[in-house]
Amino acid sequence: MKARVVVTPKAAVLDPQGAAVKEAMQHLGMPEVKNVRIGKYLEIDVNGDGAEVEQRLHKLCRDLLSNPVIEDYQLLKE
Amino acid sequence: MKFAVIQFPGSNCDQDCLRAINGIDGLSAQYIWHKETSLTGFDAVVLPGGFAYGDYLRCGAIARFSPIMNEVIRVAKEGRLVLGTCNGFQVLCEAGLLPGALVRNRGLRFVCDIATLRVEVPDSAFTHGFTQGTLLRMPIAHGEGCFFAETETLRELNEHGQVVLRYCDGTGAITSEANPNGSIENIAGICNRKGNVFGLMPHPDRASDRRLGGTDGAKIFLSMAQTIAGQSARAAA
Repeated sequence: MKARVVVTPKAAVLDPQGAAVKEAMQHLGMPEVKNVRIGKYLEIDVNGDGAEVEQRLHKLCRDLLSNPVIEDYQLLKE
Repeated sequence: MKFAVIQFPGSNCDQDCLRAINGIDGLSAQYIWHKETSLTGFDAVVLPGGFAYGDYLRCGAIARFSPIMNEVIRVAKEGRLVLGTCNGFQVLCEAGLLPGALVRNRGLRFVCDIATLRVEVPDSAFTHGFTQGTLLRMPIAHGEGCFFAETETLRELNEHGQVVLRYCDGTGAITSEANPNGSIENIAGICNRKGNVFGLMPHPDRASDRRLGGTDGAKIFLSMAQTIAGQSARAAA
């Protein structure tokens, strides 16, 4: 299967990159932009697609791909 | 007294640490490659600064799964002293040996400067013989040194005296101007609950030679040596 993992900073964590990009977007003619959060996006090819594989992927999302102290993740399957 | 300096691919302060430790009477340091699995015979462990594994994914995220880290975690649980400076601090947080995390500096810039630090915990294993409020000057050099912890974790850190160092101005005042990276409550260094694992963003290794502008960093290594000597004396008694 193909998995897509989106990692985003938690709401309580300051995201200065997001803040800088928000300002740039506002300056470039889009004052409607209220907030920008910058995270990471991973595309992962995996052999197999059972529930067990997915469970192990979730574990690695928590242990390696994201840091639960500062980030949330979403695992999307294709 | 033997100190292990862990070398990850991408460590770049390993030599500074080795030299700083070897410069102290009675201490000797040895490199330990990250693929090693044993720290037998070492009294203390140092995780140096640098960019372990290129800081890919997150600082310290991949390094913390290096084979040696299981052993670092084991000896830390056993009570041996573990020090992480800069990138080493990030690895310790990722490994769960210290609470919280280090994120991108608030100003988005890599900061390279000399920081003034206030000792908040007198007589910890790493600040042996310091009095509360002692000021130390050490270099900082990092892009991701903004310490973050959730409110509850922060409360526990304060309550249990785990905030060892804070960034301050020349008079010892904790101000936002003296905070180089946006760290919550100006935190520069913390220890675990047990007090034997200490991480800090500043570089004691780069402040251990008068010719390089100061020796405040050497006091940290010296303090570790005194703590270990005290432990051995108690064990022998």
